Amino acid sequence: MCASLAVALGGCADRRADSVIGAGATFPAPVYGGWAQAYHDATGIAVNYQPIGSGGGIRQITAGTVDFGATDKPLSAATLAKLDLSQFPLLIGGIVPIINVRGIGAGQIRLTGDVLAAIYLGQITRWTDPAIQRLNPALVLPDLPITVVHRADGSGTTFVFTSYLARKSAAWATTVGAGDAVNWKAGLGGKGNDGVAAFVKQTNGAIGYVEFTYASKSHLAYALVQNASGAFVAPDIAAFAAAAAAAPWGKVPGNAIVLVDQPDPAAWPISAATFILMKRRPDNPARSATVLRFFDWAFRTGDATAIRLSYVPLPSAVKDLIRHQWASEIASTPRPVAKAR
Amino acid sequence: MAVLAPSAAGDRLFRSLCLAAVLAMMAVLGGLIGSLLWGGWPALAHFGPGFFTSSTWDPVAGQFGAAGPVAGTLLTAFLALLLALPVALGTAVFLAEICPQAIARWLAIAVELLAGIPSIVYGMWGLFVLAPWFARHVQVPLMAAATPGSWLERMVTGVPNGANICTASLILAVMVLPYIAAILRELLLSVPPAMREAAYGLGCTRSEVVLRIMLPYVRNSAIGAVMLGLGRALGETMAVTFIIGNSHNFPRSLFGAGSTISSTIANEFNEATGDMHVSALIALGLVLFAITFVTIAAARLLLGRDGGPK
Repeated sequence: MCASLAVALGGCADRRADSVIGAGATFPAPVYGGWAQAYHDATGIAVNYQPIGSGGGIRQITAGTVDFGATDKPLSAATLAKLDLSQFPLLIGGIVPIINVRGIGAGQIRLTGDVLAAIYLGQITRWTDPAIQRLNPALVLPDLPITVVHRADGSGTTFVFTSYLARKSAAWATTVGAGDAVNWKAGLGGKGNDGVAAFVKQTNGAIGYVEFTYASKSHLAYALVQNASGAFVAPDIAAFAAAAAAAPWGKVPGNAIVLVDQPDPAAWPISAATFILMKRRPDNPARSATVLRFFDWAFRTGDATAIRLSYVPLPSAVKDLIRHQWASEIASTPRPVAKAR
Repeated sequence: MAVLAPSAAGDRLFRSLCLAAVLAMMAVLGGLIGSLLWGGWPALAHFGPGFFTSSTWDPVAGQFGAAGPVAGTLLTAFLALLLALPVALGTAVFLAEICPQAIARWLAIAVELLAGIPSIVYGMWGLFVLAPWFARHVQVPLMAAATPGSWLERMVTGVPNGANICTASLILAVMVLPYIAAILRELLLSVPPAMREAAYGLGCTRSEVVLRIMLPYVRNSAIGAVMLGLGRALGETMAVTFIIGNSHNFPRSLFGAGSTISSTIANEFNEATGDMHVSALIALGLVLFAITFVTIAAARLLLGRDGGPK
């Protein structure tokens, strides 16, 4: 109650912090919701998470109307310093290209970042294009036009996907670039993961990209994508975890790491971390400490919930790094949490 | 509770309460216009007239031109009106003049029920039912029948999955239809019985009575009703967002993907992080406000001219 009033009134004098509030990215919302429910059952402390989008999360934590913000697009170290925020990853996920081509099942078609970029640039327009044939010599591809489907709404999913394309294709980097919403050169936009999956499902010859959860839910064929070490890998939880383990956490200022194209041979190339933003000097230290206790609890007991919902928990070495970061960066970190367990 | 005796003090209180209500409304309206102007000004000042003529919408490079969404908004709204008007008129005439009144009352409730369906439901239905049907039974046959290079071929090119400007207009038409039909019916019922009976007495047929006597009698109010429907079509968001294909390009084909002002704002505002991006979206809101204002003002003017339903 107090937490919801706090948003309305822009401040709340409550010091006990039996409820805290967060807002931001929609991508991790199911897991945060699941954790919050279990945490409330275990401790009686309510964590309210409002999935209003990464942009909204950044704006709200900057304005101080929430206790933590969440974003899929990491803020740069310079921005973090300017806003006096601390940023750390909390979960890993993956983005998966899905296709609807009659006769081609899950994991049968192989694609590279370069070919994906050319498809999304509108340069490769048919499934029989030599660039696709060369990667799939054994497949009989139908002579169909490729219908490109992308997200219509601004989204962290799009940010990760376009970051990957920009990394793999110079043409993409110069003409489109990476962002939550970009100037698409081809195709049509669906609203949300569901919208993209629906358009792909309804259009023979379509390709789209969705979060891993939706790829398995929609029963559409996914593509194998070549990773940085040259292997064609399938999108699964082990491949996302490999990408997370390979990333240089703690060595990059502000943890501003986009997980795409990690060098590990088992890593899924379009993996992503989703981040939490907290004030380094919180207005209300008691509430901030409650949030950190919740995250610490989630690190210790929340992995099963995340996996059940097709998300990937952080490797334990990364969790320890983050606990150290809390202690050094956030003024109100409670002592038992700060010590790595 | 005892009935208060009429008193000067009570009346003054009543009047000031009503005044406060209207002042609060005006304050909200003024605040809304003010904040749209304030928020949208950076984009309008930066891009100038180019904001309306360019159709480049590139959040990464910070280039924003609204020609695509503005054209999409006007196109879908007018197409929707074109599709809805004949059906609404037919419905209204049938309910007011042809159908026995006992049944007409129930039919009128059914029509109004259409207006009560939430727009997200129309959107989901459009995406999962109407779009695939439209693609299979309208779009693909038309695309196959069109001569390559012809005018028709240019109008019907597009991805054959039903997510396009035409389907969005169709959904919008279904959504504005009950509004227009309900108001038209009320208007037709407001025609003085003496006029109708006199016309019948002179030997007019039913179609003559409706087309020559009743419709001309309510013409101006009817145009006002249509404009109110147009206002709804202009601002509709969710249903359109699901089905229009969401491409910021200037619409070149009826069966191509497009976008509207409200769908663009709904899609991008949540995740807009750049200051110019946010400002451009708010400026879009201002443009929609202006378009809607012109529509409603025109409707009021026409509604007022013949005194509305008598």
